[in-house]
Amino acid sequence: MKNDLRTVFYRNLWKENPVIRQILGICSALAVTNRVDNSLVMGIGLMFVTAFSSLTLSALRNSIPDRIRMIVQTLVIAAYVIIVDILIKAGLPEISKALGPYVGLIITNCIIMGRAEAFARKNPPVISFFDGLFAGIGYTIILLCIALVREILGFGTVFGYNVNFLNFTNWTIMVVPPGAFFMIAILIWISSGAMDRRLRKKERS
Amino acid sequence: MTSPEISPFIIFFASIITSNMVLANFLGMCSFISVSNEYKTASGLGKAVTLVMVFTTVINFAVYKFLIVPLELEYLRYVIFIIVIAASVQVIELAMDRFLPELHIKLGIFLPLITVNCAILGISLFMVIRNYNFAQSLLFGIGSGLGWWLAISTLAAIREKTGKNKIPKGLEGPGLTFIIIGLMALAFMGFSGMFAIQ
Repeated sequence: MKNDLRTVFYRNLWKENPVIRQILGICSALAVTNRVDNSLVMGIGLMFVTAFSSLTLSALRNSIPDRIRMIVQTLVIAAYVIIVDILIKAGLPEISKALGPYVGLIITNCIIMGRAEAFARKNPPVISFFDGLFAGIGYTIILLCIALVREILGFGTVFGYNVNFLNFTNWTIMVVPPGAFFMIAILIWISSGAMDRRLRKKERS
Repeated sequence: MTSPEISPFIIFFASIITSNMVLANFLGMCSFISVSNEYKTASGLGKAVTLVMVFTTVINFAVYKFLIVPLELEYLRYVIFIIVIAASVQVIELAMDRFLPELHIKLGIFLPLITVNCAILGISLFMVIRNYNFAQSLLFGIGSGLGWWLAISTLAAIREKTGKNKIPKGLEGPGLTFIIIGLMALAFMGFSGMFAIQ
């Protein structure tokens, strides 16, 4: 498997996108996406944690005994999550309140553990850093897609600005949890449809 | 700070139905999706999660009250909670192996999985954020565990029935599962007038 920057980028953003292709990190992807600003902050937080924990774990990869590597990974991730939590609390207190426990729950977000296990354990630090960063970006993009639709239809706003020019009635279903489930189902449907079509094209040629 | 005046029993029923961990708070989604192919396994995982959830809620409550708050270690609470959860899963596994070997054979494979289940950590964090007292936390833990169990066994039962149906190709697997979960969440939300805790 080639591991240059371009393959890593393509793989994390589309082919093996953590949220819609691997179904990882769904908890927070659904919970914080009723508003765009929440999702953006959450996405940046996750990007930071995945990138730096991949970097750290990959730099330490030869000195961590295999048997205790899970607990080391968890502790490294937890350390970065604490940093993110304190930063968000200090800089954006309102969003921190809206995100509630979900910032702390980045620790158990399977994306980070997944990148650490699947990539950072076997690759040098720099490329691992970018792998983590791109996985975070892939996650953020999906979050923003879901959040845009949910906020526009649910509140008629984007980033809190009114965009409801047609004066339609807000869709309550987009604000409440079921809306998030339906949105992610639609995104998964679109992406696997596109993948299928590409596969079939390849087979024909 | 005082804990909010909500009856523990309202918390109990609300956490099973209207504030269901997975359908309303989206916690524990990973295993919820990946282990819901078969009713039997799903129900086993549900039982194990309930057990661990009650156990860790009690321990984390004690740790928070008597260790974290007096020592002002609040910024370290994520690390401490995770360690407590990992340790109690180990203890439960050892105790089960010694005293209930049959149950251990049935549930044993799920126990390590549970350490990384975000519902478990989520319960402890919610407990701290909402300032619950002991009775409230205990019933919150029990209710959330039962709610998770109810949700995953229902989903597994539905998926077993729909598994052989013909559906659009792109929707197979996770896509359809999410739509089923969405419909289930809608059904659970129908009770939202009865109890609310947020």
